[in-house]
Amino acid sequence: MDTPMTMTEKILAAHAGIDRVVPGELIKVNVDIALANDITAPLAIGVFNEIGKEEVFDPEKVALVADHFVPNKDIASAEQAKMMREFAMGKRVRHYYELAEGGIEHVIMPEKGLVMPGEVVIGADSHTCTYGALGAFASGVGSTDLGVILSTGKIWIKVPSTIKIQYEGKLKPWVGGKDLILFTLGKLGVEGANYKAVEFSGEVVRNLPMDHRFTMANMAVECGAKNGIFEVDEMIINYVSKVTGRSPKELRSDSGAGFEQVLTISVDNIEPQVAFPHSPDNVCPVSKVDNILLDQVFIGSCTNGRLDDLRIAAKILKGRSVAKGLRLIIIPGSSNIYKKAIQEGLIETLVEAGAVIGPPCCGPCLGGHMGVLASGERALSTSNRNFRGRMGHPDSEVYLANPALAAASAVLGRIGSPDEL
Amino acid sequence: MKLNGRVWKFNDNIDTDVIIPASFLNTSDREELGRHCFAYLRPDFTRNVKTGDIIVAGRNFGCGSSREHAPLALKEAGVRLIIAKSFARIFYRNAFNIGLPLLESEEVQDRVSEGDRISVDLLSGEITGGSLEKALFARPIPDFMMEIVRSGGLVKYIKEKGTF
Ligand code: SF4
Repeated sequence: MDTPMTMTEKILAAHAGIDRVVPGELIKVNVDIALANDITAPLAIGVFNEIGKEEVFDPEKVALVADHFVPNKDIASAEQAKMMREFAMGKRVRHYYELAEGGIEHVIMPEKGLVMPGEVVIGADSHTCTYGALGAFASGVGSTDLGVILSTGKIWIKVPSTIKIQYEGKLKPWVGGKDLILFTLGKLGVEGANYKAVEFSGEVVRNLPMDHRFTMANMAVECGAKNGIFEVDEMIINYVSKVTGRSPKELRSDSGAGFEQVLTISVDNIEPQVAFPHSPDNVCPVSKVDNILLDQVFIGSCTNGRLDDLRIAAKILKGRSVAKGLRLIIIPGSSNIYKKAIQEGLIETLVEAGAVIGPPCCGPCLGGHMGVLASGERALSTSNRNFRGRMGHPDSEVYLANPALAAASAVLGRIGSPDEL
Repeated sequence: MKLNGRVWKFNDNIDTDVIIPASFLNTSDREELGRHCFAYLRPDFTRNVKTGDIIVAGRNFGCGSSREHAPLALKEAGVRLIIAKSFARIFYRNAFNIGLPLLESEEVQDRVSEGDRISVDLLSGEITGGSLEKALFARPIPDFMMEIVRSGGLVKYIKEKGTF
């Protein structure tokens, strides 16, 4: 009989061309799609040139997305973006996206059907793990690894052991994927899954909409994980077939697969979570948060810049106004989402409430541009990281929460819940 | 391979945003990156760091963003080795890939002082000197990673071998 394997092990074995793999083993893996952005691609292109290959391993399997500093914030970043654009054109890279065609890499890759369940996706961006929500093995690397992949189509990987997390029970109002992952980070800690795979399962996630699953997989790296992954169930199959017209097969871990640890989390009492500065695992339920006044609220990013997130924000902000003196910045994660939000009337609602809408890009998430914080300022953000100085001045503070809390807090002028409105 | 250098001490969870803040990521010029290493956390770092210096840190060094600019900035500034209780996964790959060796040790951070001059044998993991009364041993570097370090990084390694 075949040895039982976890999902992650199955995908890696298939891509290494071997029957089975065991955690700890170093293997060479074929990459289905390689990804980089306007910050990481220039270094990777340098590596590619140094290796000296004429062409990329497969122009159909490379995606380059300008999202971090676009529309170009200064001359230096414009040069970086230009270098990536020229490389993409010169090497006939099939999936090159910027501005109107694009958005944030981790939002548009699934949207454009570039990731299939069971595939290996490697990106020079730590939040590449987002595509685990589609049942792919997806992991972030640095630019040298990416440059080597561009040249060879391959990467070396140490097979990770898997921590399985089962979510059981019934979700409270305003609680979604963001709260589940923040709560989980609070339990595991920022290093709790370092080098490991995290498999999200249980009845709660089986019923969780795709947008919430993307949020959870996105933040797997925040506990150090190599990848986060969901079982390929009907919901994923429906999502992928709608986008691509192809119907993927179900894929799950074998019964009897060796998990390093199985953690069961009862969700019945989980409230919306708030991560305090300066670490995403520094979480607290919203009811325990004191009077924390805010200068800025940001709704967007590859964590919570999707359509469901804008819908929740609009629902809460409809007919209400942003607190005086507070800046509410909302950035749809992609042009496509932006268009849908206009069609659904969400953008009008948000603007009437006092939000400013940014063009689809990473925006203030990484403190690059479009909403950088001054010293002593405090922001609530729906993104994934609140390290010191992440959104601007080293003496500014970033709190993380879900979009419902973010919208409510923008009205309240302090961190709070929609129930207080 | 023996290294000898002065110690800079850091705490747990030093993330890549503090190693090189995003506002300096609009370039891939190595020298430029090196000039802004720890720009906000330790503004004195780039003024005083010398080639050959060693960083000694706590747990989860290099967590967060995958930016290779972080190990590049450290290397360019002069850092030749980092010893930490543990490293975040992507940083670990990136550092070896650019030829900056890392050693893992639970003890070193608790036992050496800022400014100590220590000697490190990369192969055996033996660490001596400074405030250490007796030698400490870090976990040896895996063979594959050691080969990459010997070549001076993954690109040189691939060019030497023709493959990887
Ligand atoms: S939105 Fe933020 S976390 Fe996501 S890719 Fe952009 S900078 Fe990174």
